[in-house]
Amino acid sequence: MLQILRQIAKTGIKSEPAPAPADDAVVAARLQQDIVRVLGRALTIRQVDAGSCNGCELEIHALGNPYYNLEGLGIRFVASPRHADMLLVTGPVSKHMAIALRRTYDATPDPKLVVAVGDCGCNGGIFGASYATLGGVASVIPVDATVPGCPPTPTALLRGILAAITAHAPPVTPDTEADATSPPDAGQNASSGA
Amino acid sequence: MDFGPLGLAVATLPCALPAVRVPVSSGQALGACRLAWEQKAELVALWVTDDRDRDAGFCLRIVLRDDAGFALIEHALPDASAQFPDLSPLYPAANRMQRAAFDLCGVASEAEDQRPWLWMAAWPIDRFPLQRDFAPSPKWEPGEENYTFVRVEGDGVHEIPVGPVHAGIIEPGHFRFQIVGEKVLRLEERLGYVHKGVEKRFEAFGVADGYRLAGRVSGDSTVAYATAYAEAAEALAGLAVPPRAQWLRALALERERIANHLGDLGYLGNDGGFAFGLAQFSRLKEDVLRVNAAAFGHRFMMDYVVPGGVAAPLDPVHAIGLRTQCTALARELATLREIYDEHAGLQDRFRNCGVVTPRLAATLGLTGLAGRASGQARDLRCDFLRPPYDTVLPKKAGRTDGDVAARVSVRFDEVAESLRLVRAIVDGMPDGDHAAPLPPVPPHRTGLGCVEGWRGPVLVALEAGPDGHIRRCHPHDPSWQNWPVIEHAVIGNIVPDFPLINKSFNLSYSGHDL
Repeated sequence: MLQILRQIAKTGIKSEPAPAPADDAVVAARLQQDIVRVLGRALTIRQVDAGSCNGCELEIHALGNPYYNLEGLGIRFVASPRHADMLLVTGPVSKHMAIALRRTYDATPDPKLVVAVGDCGCNGGIFGASYATLGGVASVIPVDATVPGCPPTPTALLRGILAAITAHAPPVTPDTEADATSPPDAGQNASSGA
Repeated sequence: MDFGPLGLAVATLPCALPAVRVPVSSGQALGACRLAWEQKAELVALWVTDDRDRDAGFCLRIVLRDDAGFALIEHALPDASAQFPDLSPLYPAANRMQRAAFDLCGVASEAEDQRPWLWMAAWPIDRFPLQRDFAPSPKWEPGEENYTFVRVEGDGVHEIPVGPVHAGIIEPGHFRFQIVGEKVLRLEERLGYVHKGVEKRFEAFGVADGYRLAGRVSGDSTVAYATAYAEAAEALAGLAVPPRAQWLRALALERERIANHLGDLGYLGNDGGFAFGLAQFSRLKEDVLRVNAAAFGHRFMMDYVVPGGVAAPLDPVHAIGLRTQCTALARELATLREIYDEHAGLQDRFRNCGVVTPRLAATLGLTGLAGRASGQARDLRCDFLRPPYDTVLPKKAGRTDGDVAARVSVRFDEVAESLRLVRAIVDGMPDGDHAAPLPPVPPHRTGLGCVEGWRGPVLVALEAGPDGHIRRCHPHDPSWQNWPVIEHAVIGNIVPDFPLINKSFNLSYSGHDL
């Protein structure tokens, strides 16, 4: 037990305000404000692998490590779509996962957001559309934001989550003006989708 | 393997490891496999190619390996109605490979079990994607099949279906548990949900470019797959890559092993109720990924290994960084191992959980890391010493307990060894070019590449067409061998231990479903 405590003390707090570059601190701060503004509470995410090579999942896992400390931002991965505000979907959508993905979407309560992750989730990526794949998440369910990359870095994923939230944020009122000091652009790696 | 008793002629096979090609005629395939089985050879892979466009019918290909090397058995079949012998009595892992071969190529085995494996009603059941005349129709909608699970009946037996969408950030697959109380009577897996048509997709690539797709067969093993692919292409082209390139590939391969093992050790702690372990190991893994990004240009080193060598030279500054990091990591690892070993609660979850005895492992063909935890002492890096491993001499990890604790222990041993190997590789790295141009690859010959990835041996079989395009590429993941073993490992365990047992194997869905 003593050794565990010693290791914890020695490790210290590794969480970064947000990963480099510097303006990402703004990303994190805005993300928290927007989550509260749009949802009024923490953001819960259900991840769905719809045919990914597992590369994107590795980076989504990394979001939970002490450096990115996703839970510290008020974002949590949940086990059921029924508990989720957002679906984070990877893969070119294999035809074998299309029905399961649709059902997961239907099981997610409104209002819900969908973020398509990775080059495959955006447009099929290297796998494209084939006899076995549909070529992107938007071919099955409506997508609010896309995060390209093979796989996208944890920072890019954070930006994508922000893009999805801000795309659905209510207009900024004088009360919330302080939140809107940073530019509306969501960053290079994330863009609002269909 | 000695095929002499059957009077079979063997030919050389393009491969960086010792390998032979064994063409067999009808009726000899099973005999050749039985002979190899009697000589303790393992089944590595099984697939079918459609060669009707060059009047050669279909060809069943079986790769076996023993301590002397690899053998590719080639069994020509005149047409799709010709069945091939069922190998599952010798090699139980052949069952799913045979079913997959039918789903994709339309040639059936003589096995009793003819259920589909990779087919899930997304295309008509009488069309076969890897037949040369396959023409997909946009009218084909995703459908639902009615898979016949084996049912257990009796007093108090109930069933728990799980998946394909799991309660975590995991790849999709379906597990059907038959339960009494909380004990697992039987588990049946249904995989294939992430079938992306990888083998068909390869045909759209040139031999020189296919490494990118190979590196995305299973994202966590991108270096292993890209290396196996590159080695197959180089063996066909007769190219000897520069020594420095070989060393750099091994460096990347060991870094991949370190990152994955660290991640698994964290999740195994977490699944054992010890969140401290996840926080610590995921931090260390992130450190590794960040140094990878600096040194190799990508956190997972995707597209770093290319046919002919590697994509970029290693900056000496980064080489020092890699070395320094390994020294620091080795210290941290020793501390964390002691904590894991002495944590009574964690050891209580790990020990005697999900046991695969060495005897069962040998019968079922358990391979790779999980195999080494169950007395199957095979590791391509050690068994066929090549540069740089013939210089840095990796030590083979091994346990015989075969439980979760053994698979954890093998991971600890292998990370420690890989940290040593990275340092030795950096220190002994020869000078020279990091790549050589890939000469044209001769068509209609099969080349093999086989690499010990972190999960186990990864194989890529490659055949070029006359125009420099890929004619057929079959990637094979060790998960094919190990998935069926999990069905045995969970018997008699309690349902809540399944996630822990499953994680201790950490098999690939994408690499298996193709």
